[in-house]
Amino acid sequence: MMEEGADLSVTIAQIVHRLKGAHLHSQLEKQARECLHRPEIKLESLKEDVRSFLKASGTLACVCVCMYYRLPPPGHPAAPPEHTKEPLVYMRKAQASWEKRILKSLNSMCTELGVPLARKRPVSEQKELTNKWNEMGTDEPGNRRSYLKNPNYDCREGLTANSHWGLIQISLNVRDIPQMREAYPELSLTCSQLGIDDHAHIPPVVSEQDSAAAQQYSRQGCPTGFRAQLWALILNATNEPEDIMHYEQLKAAVIHHDLLVDNLIYKDVKLTASNDDYYFVFEDFLYQVLLCFSRDTAVLEHFSYNSATPPKSYIQGKTGAEEFTVVYPPNGVIPFHGFSMYVSPLCFLYNEPSRLYSVFREMYVRYFFRLHSISSSPSGIVSLCLQFERLLQNHLPQLFYHLQAIGAQPLRIAFKWMVRAFSGYLSTDQLLLLWDRILGYDSLEIVAGGSVFPVLHKQLLSVCNAVLADLSTLKVMPLLQVFLFA
Amino acid sequence: MTGNPVNCTVKSPVALQIGDVVSDSFHPGVYITDIVLGEPVNIQEISFKNYYTAYLTVRVLKKEVGSEEAPAKWVTCLRNHCLMANPHTEEGSQDYFSLYRQQMLMQPDNVTTVRLILRQPSSVWLNFNLEEIKIYPVMNEDSERDVPSWLSSITPAEEPLDMNGLPDPDAVSSSIQQMWALTEIMQSSQSSASIGRFDVDGCYDINLLSYT
Repeated sequence: MMEEGADLSVTIAQIVHRLKGAHLHSQLEKQARECLHRPEIKLESLKEDVRSFLKASGTLACVCVCMYYRLPPPGHPAAPPEHTKEPLVYMRKAQASWEKRILKSLNSMCTELGVPLARKRPVSEQKELTNKWNEMGTDEPGNRRSYLKNPNYDCREGLTANSHWGLIQISLNVRDIPQMREAYPELSLTCSQLGIDDHAHIPPVVSEQDSAAAQQYSRQGCPTGFRAQLWALILNATNEPEDIMHYEQLKAAVIHHDLLVDNLIYKDVKLTASNDDYYFVFEDFLYQVLLCFSRDTAVLEHFSYNSATPPKSYIQGKTGAEEFTVVYPPNGVIPFHGFSMYVSPLCFLYNEPSRLYSVFREMYVRYFFRLHSISSSPSGIVSLCLQFERLLQNHLPQLFYHLQAIGAQPLRIAFKWMVRAFSGYLSTDQLLLLWDRILGYDSLEIVAGGSVFPVLHKQLLSVCNAVLADLSTLKVMPLLQVFLFA
Repeated sequence: MTGNPVNCTVKSPVALQIGDVVSDSFHPGVYITDIVLGEPVNIQEISFKNYYTAYLTVRVLKKEVGSEEAPAKWVTCLRNHCLMANPHTEEGSQDYFSLYRQQMLMQPDNVTTVRLILRQPSSVWLNFNLEEIKIYPVMNEDSERDVPSWLSSITPAEEPLDMNGLPDPDAVSSSIQQMWALTEIMQSSQSSASIGRFDVDGCYDINLLSYT
């Protein structure tokens, strides 16, 4: 069709444009240049020979996987950009009003404390911070309900097509158990899972450096010794000189400018990770990653598919002047209480700050951002909440009803687990096995499924008067397998 | 390219339901919307923004070409085209859609009226319709551009020259050409990557965040 041909060339032009300047582009060029020495590359058929060489080497596959995440989702030409970020108008409005509350809160914090949102550090302070970079833990400098309702949704009293007992009264498409069985066949009871049915072997995908194969492999769990490499392969997070240099640039930005959000990061780390038995040792790493993350403008790219909008301000008080507009913080993401828990488990896998940073940033722009923005995405927190409530209502209705009867809505218990993707609630080895599946299936849906039986677990333990009804002894993957497939 | 939409009048949707429209508490499940075109059009594309319509049927009133007296005929172009994969859930409920003539069962030529039959079988939604409806006509093809005369004359094949141990001139010229092409690409390719600066000329002093 004529339209399809035109669309294809536009898409190709977009891919080429995005590829230029990306690290993969220089990787491709380098490989192409090096392969010119090989005898099988002939001058007459240069283009075809180089293309087949790149295809065989797996680099092109990496490009495909990377572009899948980088390309803007396909849209209708009449659709405005905000429709691409989030198609439902009421969701956009809810996200916008939620953002406004956060901005107001940050502005009043700024005014009350008398601290500017951003300031250039004096030279003496810069020197001091450079010296203390590896021990910022010794240094020091805040989950509300948002009302979300579809105005076109018929929620009259009485029995309707959608009798839903839970808090989320939005009709999003979430999977039930038969559909989840189809989507997650690798979790079937007949398939062996790593961490449960272990045998030592080196996964061949590691030596082949095949990103898509690594993703498939990860669905049944990664062996501990290879998890770091596998995750980096799946996320295409490299540690080339360019990445290290980028990290050093961010570090320099931290030294030069002091931001108010740094205080939020310090508070968050002190209140969450530093208090955690598993993660307190990584306090310094967390600052090294999160302070740099706030200053990374490359993160702004993900706002094209995130329903959220980066906050903006004007420098030198020139409000309204286009050329003085800046994004605050530079990466557009305001950290919140618990944000550092997205980074903490990764500290077990990577000990070089630049490597840790690359992996975290990629995980954030692919998955974690969906846990704290209001959208209709199947991996978004709203869908996860709805799926959790539906699964619980359909498969453990007596428990759901009982909890409601005693005034304990199950979602209020499970919400904090889901927002943090269970970080800080499950033991680290179990958490990493769960995150293997997030990467393997490229979706946060498993988090919703995984929230069902901890509710049951908690309820059973509190019935038995257990002193600590926490989740740290829970073995998540076997329970998930039983829940889905038994 | 689609060009400009034609002028049309979109009539208000008429609900199809059994019983009294005013007093009944049930929501209608079918709406009919007519779009009247000023003059007969050969339709290339119909685009719209959905608002909770699950299925769409398109019928057109075609005027017969040549015979002015023959009555116009209603023809079905699209039957139960699915806009929402699951009528009970949000997916596709507020998306933008385009229907092209290639998808239609009959050629939508000489159309004077388009009838859109909207169906939403789910009782979950209070209302449903289509918004921002635009109809695009078929564009006339550009006339073929003439080939300049200096291109059309084909140069005769040259006789092969006698080389004495010298490299084949064709191979040499092709490799030089490729090198030249590479240098051209290097010169012309501009990196679109940002250099990552968040300040404006070294300044990043901010007072308050903006709400707009």
